[in-house]
Amino acid sequence: MRVFDRGLVRQRRERAVATLPNADFLFKESAERLADRLLDMARTFPLALDLGCHTGQMAEALAQHPKIGTLFQSDLSPRMAAHARANGLGTVCADEEFLPIAANALDLVLSNLSLHWVNDLPGAFAQIRQALKPDGLFLAHMFGGDTLRELRIALFEAEGDTSGGVAPRVSPFTDVRDAGNLLTRAGFALPVVDADTITVTYTDLFKLMADLRGMGETNTVIERPKKPARRDLFLRAADIYAKRFTDARGRLTATFEIISLTAWVPHSSQQKALRPGSATTRLADALKTSEITLDDSTPFPKKP
Amino acid sequence: MTHTDIDPKLLEILVCPVTKGPLDYDRAARELVSRKAGLAYPVRDGIPIMLPEEARRLSE
Repeated sequence: MRVFDRGLVRQRRERAVATLPNADFLFKESAERLADRLLDMARTFPLALDLGCHTGQMAEALAQHPKIGTLFQSDLSPRMAAHARANGLGTVCADEEFLPIAANALDLVLSNLSLHWVNDLPGAFAQIRQALKPDGLFLAHMFGGDTLRELRIALFEAEGDTSGGVAPRVSPFTDVRDAGNLLTRAGFALPVVDADTITVTYTDLFKLMADLRGMGETNTVIERPKKPARRDLFLRAADIYAKRFTDARGRLTATFEIISLTAWVPHSSQQKALRPGSATTRLADALKTSEITLDDSTPFPKKP
Repeated sequence: MTHTDIDPKLLEILVCPVTKGPLDYDRAARELVSRKAGLAYPVRDGIPIMLPEEARRLSE
């Protein structure tokens, strides 16, 4: 199913190269958190790829990281990739939906807040899994379903008030539960998915929208309204937003939910459940008690 | 290796994004050629542009 206009995603990223230095605080914060998570891993990763690298925020957070050997970068936008390459790392322009990486090539795939614009997430996960070696790690942050909750509500209500109908103006995001299922379906083992919330405050709605544009993160939903929204819609939305989502200091709050995905390519060294009936020790022996066997003809064990 | 050439370690693991088949690096033309897909992906300032929509279609 195609939800996002990938050409437009690319265009938004191309355009954001110039504005990103002033708007990339979320990417930087999230990259730092990913780098921290990597410190907890018991193994090292000789060959890693940052998938959807923006202008190199992940590489910056990973500088001299003890767990990583060589880091490559990729981005859908040629301009972002060119900008990222200034750090001297091997960089490729690639689409997450058409990964140009050989099978069994990488020890680690990282992705920092880029996968939320992918149409075919199961396909992207499957390709990432293929590119990884056995016991390879996929570690990613994605925007989750609660992201821009306030903006979604404000625009939804404003549009109902001003035009009597609503249009998808804020991108749909993945749920925690869905992400876990998709990882398992893609053949990953030991998937762990959890969510964190970052709340950013703004003086007004237009500052928030300027930030989203600056990050290259404005709406790319195919069914988005094609005509520019009327000014009264945004004035009404700004009004609703201010009334409903203002904090104690009088600033607007904007929620960004960040879903963390951790998943491994299956390997014989990993923990897994034993086959039923494969036990070599009796439970009764371990508990130093005598075993009470069930008589199949009676539904409950007899009292001894 | 010049600064504007592809990172050699990266080149080793690149495949055609459409067929996942091998690529031939045409250094002179600055293109990564996928015979199976009939596509030549441009290399700009050392960055392989592995997007099917940016690739040159090979003539028969």
